[in-house]
Amino acid sequence: MGIPLIGYVLSSVFKAPVLDWVSLGTVDSFPEGKTRFASFTNPVKREWDGETANIPCWVRRLEGNDFQVFAINCAHLGCPVRWFEESKLFMCPCHGGVYYENGEVAAGPPPRGLFQYEFKVANGELLIKAGLMPTLATPNV
Amino acid sequence: MRPVLQKAADAAQGVFLWVDDRLHVTKLWESTAGHHVPKSAGSWFYVFGSATLLCFMIQVMTGIMLALVYVPSGAEAYTTLEYLTFQQNLGWFLRGIHYWGSNFMVGIMILHMTQVYLFGAYKYPREITWLSGLVLMVLTLGLAFTGQVMRFDEDAYWGLGIGAAIVGRVPFIGQELLNLMLGGQIIASETLSRFFALHVFVLPGAVLALVSLHLRMVLTKGINEYPQPGMLVRRETYDKEYAAIIKKEGVPFFPKAISKDLIAAAVVILGILTCAAVFGPKGPLGPPNPVQIDTAPRPDFWFLWIFAVAALMPPEIETVALLVGPVVIGVILVALPFVNGTGEKSWRRRPFAVIIVLLTYIALGMLTYLGQTSPWSPDMIAWKSAVTPTEQIIDRSPLELQGAVVMQKMQCRNCHAIDGIGGQRGPDLTDVGTRLTTPQLIRQVVQGGGNMPAFGQNLTPSQIDAVVSYMATLRPAGVPAARDSSRPAVPMGQ
Repeated sequence: MGIPLIGYVLSSVFKAPVLDWVSLGTVDSFPEGKTRFASFTNPVKREWDGETANIPCWVRRLEGNDFQVFAINCAHLGCPVRWFEESKLFMCPCHGGVYYENGEVAAGPPPRGLFQYEFKVANGELLIKAGLMPTLATPNV
Repeated sequence: MRPVLQKAADAAQGVFLWVDDRLHVTKLWESTAGHHVPKSAGSWFYVFGSATLLCFMIQVMTGIMLALVYVPSGAEAYTTLEYLTFQQNLGWFLRGIHYWGSNFMVGIMILHMTQVYLFGAYKYPREITWLSGLVLMVLTLGLAFTGQVMRFDEDAYWGLGIGAAIVGRVPFIGQELLNLMLGGQIIASETLSRFFALHVFVLPGAVLALVSLHLRMVLTKGINEYPQPGMLVRRETYDKEYAAIIKKEGVPFFPKAISKDLIAAAVVILGILTCAAVFGPKGPLGPPNPVQIDTAPRPDFWFLWIFAVAALMPPEIETVALLVGPVVIGVILVALPFVNGTGEKSWRRRPFAVIIVLLTYIALGMLTYLGQTSPWSPDMIAWKSAVTPTEQIIDRSPLELQGAVVMQKMQCRNCHAIDGIGGQRGPDLTDVGTRLTTPQLIRQVVQGGGNMPAFGQNLTPSQIDAVVSYMATLRPAGVPAARDSSRPAVPMGQ
């Protein structure tokens, strides 16, 4: 009796994470030298997830096909960081974490720079490997 | 007529005796409501436990009613909350009672714990009463936290994000624990379902079980007598002394000692209803849409102090403190009745206990205040909305005025106030010209430091020149500019 119950509850724990390439739009929609807001539908979702399956991120196009795609979540405690074009800083509204445009910590409590998604360009589209909520435990971010 | 009445009375008595014989109602009544307590325990200080339980019962009742409408689904929870609040008849009031009932429950529970600690009620032989109370405290805080997730709005979503980020800091098994908490890979519907199951089934069920144990201990080991200074607890003699107190001045809990509990219950109910009617329920704020990032998440009142701790702790010790801190506090609280289980009970002879309570209250109070005001958070719209007072721009040169514009445009005001207007994260710049010399201002702007980003990359030399020129003018009338202390105050030769 206990084994199926435990297996049921813990099923999310031992399932290998599902990551997949998702498109953030055409490369041309991200001007060079600028950082832009983008969002995608999480590759793993349920029909009844509603808006929670829409995940935001920040896309910095350096030049050509050279990008940095930052997670929205502050590396401190996960709040959504906001981009300020003029001062070229990301600021977090929770505990005051601040990052430079390349994602490095500029000020505040974050223990590391912004999390970054793996990206590639295919058929003129910018794709990122997404699926997991990025935290300090997430590998390769 | 009379024989008929007599017959009816006899029949009723017969029915009662039959039921009593099967269910032992009288015995149960005598051993619970009728149990004898020390007369001194009929004190106003002893009402907090029953008041906490009353709040829990209010929460169960209002919670069941809210569940008649609420749908715990990521796509629909927010819609049903809005329906509950704005369309369902008296839905806003029910939500208000549930919200304020929760606040009252945590608050009164803290008073109960304080009273138990100051009155030495955790000492021999009431260790298990204390331990079950500790578990009840954790469960109650768990209910409060999962409850704010039920209000599935933007704060609930990002609050879960903060919880997930803390769990993600656990070494080795962080990702597994995170998956367990979220029920998937992101904060979504299965996360809400998990917290719903905890909030509605698991935690209340555990509270009922633990309250049974807690009350059972009150009955078997007796309620703590009102402590008298100098009456020391000894394991060898206490039970006899307590029995003597009960024998000498014991009164049945009902009806002798319950009156103050009933009055306190009335006050609590009135308080919850008044708060619900006057202040209403909390939220829901904006929808739980992660793409809507124009938000500043804050936890509910009783968790604001943790929010403040997370901002103020040195980053190097943060993970350890977040993960080990609660364990240390737990070990201390569990060990308390065993290492400090005998001796003086009265707070009048336990100055150390009084100091601990005062320091805890002051620390938690200040952290809560800081969590509420959160001066460490940048004011995200200050650069667009904060005005520069006239006296801070009047009589300035074009270059200095240009500096004021640069300061505004480069979001400096998000962290720095002028005349108190703007962010509070960095120092107020109203008198910065009296504190830093021009070379120091240049260095600070270009290189940053002291928790300020470096702006050298993002400002042109002429912009730096302008903003520093402006800042050097920011000082009260008649106060000289800061000067380099390594140079003479009056130039040589004058």
